[in-house]
Amino acid sequence: MTELLPFLKELISAPGISGYESGVRPLIEKAWKPLTDKISVSKLGSLHGYQQGSGPEPRPSILVAVHMDAIGLMVNAIIDGFLRVTTIGGIDVRVLPGQMVTVHGRRDLPGMIVATPARLLPPSAQNIVVPLEYLLVDVGLLPEEVASLVRVGDPISFAQPPFETGGETLVGHTLDNRASMASLTHCLEILRTRPHFWDVWAVATVQEEVTFAGAFTSAFQLHPSLAVSIDVTFGSDPTSPGHLTYPMGKGPTLMWGPIVHPYLYKIIKRMAEQLEIPLSIEPAPHYSATDSDAMVLVAEGIPNLVIGIPLRYMHTPVEMVALKDITRAGRLVAEFIAQLDENFMDKLTWED
Amino acid sequence: MVRMTEEKHLPQIGEAQLKLLERLSNACAVSGDEGEVRKIVLEEIRPFSDEVNVDALGNVLATRRGSGELLMRVMLAAHMDEVGLMLTHDAGDGIYRFDTVGGVTAIDLPAKAVWVGKEHIPGVIGLKPLHLGNSDDQRKPVGLDDLRIDVGPVAGKVKVGDRAAFATVFSQQGGSLRGKALDNRLGVATLIELVKNSPSQIDLLVAFTVQEEIGLRGARVAAYAFNPDMAIILDSTPAYDLPTWDVDENVRYNTRLGKGPAIYVADSGTLYDPRLVRHLVETGEEHGIPYQIRQPGGGGTDAGAIHKQRMGIPSASISVPGRYHHSPASIVRLSDWQDTMDLVTAALFHLTPDILSGER
Repeated sequence: MTELLPFLKELISAPGISGYESGVRPLIEKAWKPLTDKISVSKLGSLHGYQQGSGPEPRPSILVAVHMDAIGLMVNAIIDGFLRVTTIGGIDVRVLPGQMVTVHGRRDLPGMIVATPARLLPPSAQNIVVPLEYLLVDVGLLPEEVASLVRVGDPISFAQPPFETGGETLVGHTLDNRASMASLTHCLEILRTRPHFWDVWAVATVQEEVTFAGAFTSAFQLHPSLAVSIDVTFGSDPTSPGHLTYPMGKGPTLMWGPIVHPYLYKIIKRMAEQLEIPLSIEPAPHYSATDSDAMVLVAEGIPNLVIGIPLRYMHTPVEMVALKDITRAGRLVAEFIAQLDENFMDKLTWED
Repeated sequence: MVRMTEEKHLPQIGEAQLKLLERLSNACAVSGDEGEVRKIVLEEIRPFSDEVNVDALGNVLATRRGSGELLMRVMLAAHMDEVGLMLTHDAGDGIYRFDTVGGVTAIDLPAKAVWVGKEHIPGVIGLKPLHLGNSDDQRKPVGLDDLRIDVGPVAGKVKVGDRAAFATVFSQQGGSLRGKALDNRLGVATLIELVKNSPSQIDLLVAFTVQEEIGLRGARVAAYAFNPDMAIILDSTPAYDLPTWDVDENVRYNTRLGKGPAIYVADSGTLYDPRLVRHLVETGEEHGIPYQIRQPGGGGTDAGAIHKQRMGIPSASISVPGRYHHSPASIVRLSDWQDTMDLVTAALFHLTPDILSGER
């Protein structure tokens, strides 16, 4: 069995900002290899792991999507050895000053994001949040060294090392969504020893944080009967409004909203109650902000489920997650898949 | 590079010195809680000192006598403390409110890892996910009221009153060093080397001071206790040698990396003794040691308290220039540290009473 904590620490320490997922993909592939019957990479770089079902052909299939890309930065100018940057994915610029990063130049360079000192900023930029255009990355090298090692367009990853905090929690960057990758891996482990009628496609998608390009294309290529996203959601923390967050360490969330098929919702909710897996219900009145927003629209449309893992301080380099929620989410999805039978799709209906 | 032939014991920065700086940088010593650094200092200097004691405020005061009677009594000071945080309120479930200690600005706090207390218990200062706010939120500077320290839902060994420091691990990158609290562990590390390699024509009175960042408190009582003829303060001063917003000429750099030790002429606390400034500049010139004059202006060092002690103590300050002090990490250049070590050592070896014999 893959040990959760070291595996997750390894995953979040690997680079892989949106569009540049090749740093993390081999680690997932290595973990999935013994858990799948075949494994392949899509044209855009998503990883497809296949577990064959036990039913007779043609079998229905379920796709479980977990995005492997990370938010990050990119070099957009080089001035006297300092780098100006742009963001890849949604980042609150206020978390950036003082942040450690890795610049993926001709070789990996440790750097630090800094704000231009107030004395070097125009009067219009005093006593305000220093805008992105006035932030710099300092890699500690001389201008000529930087010129030979870094180019405009080089990706930049966060470099905050992972660490454990009280109550079996882990802190680090890119737990969105590598925490869910650990869940999906756990799910595959369970399904390796449990008979399942359906085919299972475990998919590590690319580019969720920017365009959902991985989810659109992998769902089209694999054309599953059903799709599930596992992604992180907002964990209750002292800085966020309570009514928009879900308690960390008290189980995964089950999303309810237009992206979710009501029958799937009903079945998995009932199942969680029977198995005594604690759940929070996450209302999402417009969209899910996960790969499911894309997958639901693929081809003739695919019924979706969305499972969330509460995570504190999302899209910062110090995201925090409870390990228990990761395994619970994996088990919940595995149990759901294991009970899918020959006639499940016939029972799937919008009417109560 | 050894530039002087007459001094045989010029301290060179090698593996041992870098290792020591690394230990000092990774140690936590928020003003008022300097124990962890004090322990390293005592361990390092004891074998080389004639006398060592820890005074009422926690300063380490050490004496290394020269050979002979009635020698010049020269005080060297470097502050051990760093800026940081203190936990001020337990909000339950591992969540704490905190206040700043010294010049920490809120801009550097969101989404940072911290070490809390003497055992370096890891915690984070989180920030509300941008998804849960509106775009106006991101234009509002973060204040302390918006922030908490979170050590995870089982708090364990953390309590109100504990200090917290940025959880930054020291590293080297090319010719640069990156670490927390290099203001002023560089000064501390330099001073330790000077104790180990001191000249014999003076009495060296060494103060590793406390609470510099919150009012030069340690230096004030240390200077009283030593009652020296003069003082040299070793610190680290900001280098603002970054591109300006419009990439125009930067004329407000304070100091620049790679240009050698920064000699102070005037800061917000001290107008430095011109005789000592001249001695430092001439030492640099004569021995070919790079140096720069720190742009006169704000900021300050322990000199602010020392030069006004008793009947007045002629003082000089020398700093290793460093970028991003008081933030999670400073970046400094190794060559500047070596040049600082060389300049201070040479200046001490060539110090004679006649430098101060004329009127200021």
